[in-house]
Amino acid sequence: MTPHGTYVLRLADTHLVLAQRLGEWVGHAPALEEDLGLANVALDLLGQARLLLAHAGELEGRGRDEDALAYLREESEFLNLTLVEQPNGDFGRTIVRQFLFDAWQSALHEALAASSDAKLAAIAAKAAKESRYHLRYSSGWLVRLGDGTPESHARVADALVRLWPFTGELFDADDVDRSAAAAGIGPAPDALAAAWNATVDRVLAEATLTRPAAAAFGWHGKQGRHSEHLGYLLAEMQSLHRAHPGATW
Amino acid sequence: MSALRALAGADATATLRARVFELLATVPDPEIPVLSVLDLGIIRHVDVRGDGSVEVGITPTYSGCPATPVIKSDVLAALAAAGIRATAVDVLSPAWSSDWLSEEGRRKLEAFGIAPPAHAVASPRALAYAEPVVACPRCRSVASERLSEFGSTPCKALYRCTACLEPFDNFKCL
Repeated sequence: MTPHGTYVLRLADTHLVLAQRLGEWVGHAPALEEDLGLANVALDLLGQARLLLAHAGELEGRGRDEDALAYLREESEFLNLTLVEQPNGDFGRTIVRQFLFDAWQSALHEALAASSDAKLAAIAAKAAKESRYHLRYSSGWLVRLGDGTPESHARVADALVRLWPFTGELFDADDVDRSAAAAGIGPAPDALAAAWNATVDRVLAEATLTRPAAAAFGWHGKQGRHSEHLGYLLAEMQSLHRAHPGATW
Repeated sequence: MSALRALAGADATATLRARVFELLATVPDPEIPVLSVLDLGIIRHVDVRGDGSVEVGITPTYSGCPATPVIKSDVLAALAAAGIRATAVDVLSPAWSSDWLSEEGRRKLEAFGIAPPAHAVASPRALAYAEPVVACPRCRSVASERLSEFGSTPCKALYRCTACLEPFDNFKCL
């Protein structure tokens, strides 16, 4: 696959894996409203992922459609950010993961709307409206939990420390990112840092949470080197299609 | 003669196009059936081709809206039932906005008990944090509060009127 195709596939996988993670909450959220809320965010991400996967398949030009890419690749072929495959934990940890992601993704979608890849720009211009709304949802909950009871504060503070090391990968550039930036396909990863930092610092302050110190990271999900959690997620996501190829209902 | 024939052809095209719009006005949104697909603003073009078939461009409201494939097949079925050969294509750009809801659509929503969307969106960044003023579709009070950003479909949020105490859906501003 060309760097262009790989760049789009990374985006697609990041959207898809987080949609699958959030889907695990359906029927389990602490209140019906949050069950619907997390499912709606998952649905938006899944719709965005389908468009991106189909586009990546077209760029690859080997006849793989969205289903072939989602269901028939192995763990090391998935190129999602390591952050999004981290387990849901409790509701607080899911909200922290979502907030850290939404703050990044809404800046990313805004930048991608000006991509030299017209299809990617169209997908992102639409998705940008949705990711802004997700950010509002996750920010609102992070403030309620952080500035809530001692218990809710302690839980989201702990989640923030645990998830923070995975945020380094959001801004880390490799050859694929540099090639995409040079061709105007996507922003250089570190170009999103200012917007992300501004959002994170503002909301963490309102949530009475302390920003953790920068931490080294040892995972490179976007290069196919994942934490131990992705394999289990894929096993569940892919089992039906692999047992019954092409099944529809 | 050829000019006359061209004129007649243009006439037939306009008639067919008008007929397609009449039919589209009868195709309901599967999730909010008081709205037609025209009210919703998701029909982006109707092109009559030289062979008398029709291409309808449809844009999704939300990237993941599960009603999108249903809408497409409902549109094609309605046209086929009227003897019109048609294909449907996806249009992604420009992205759908709740501002594209027709005025009639907004009235129908309110009569159905769903508060219509706030008018957008001079600054898209403001959308993320601004709280829109939402009037209760039953008593019209603007003393309402948001219960949840998300409701029973991707395009709605859940509100409650603090004057008449009724909960209601708000069509989200996008």
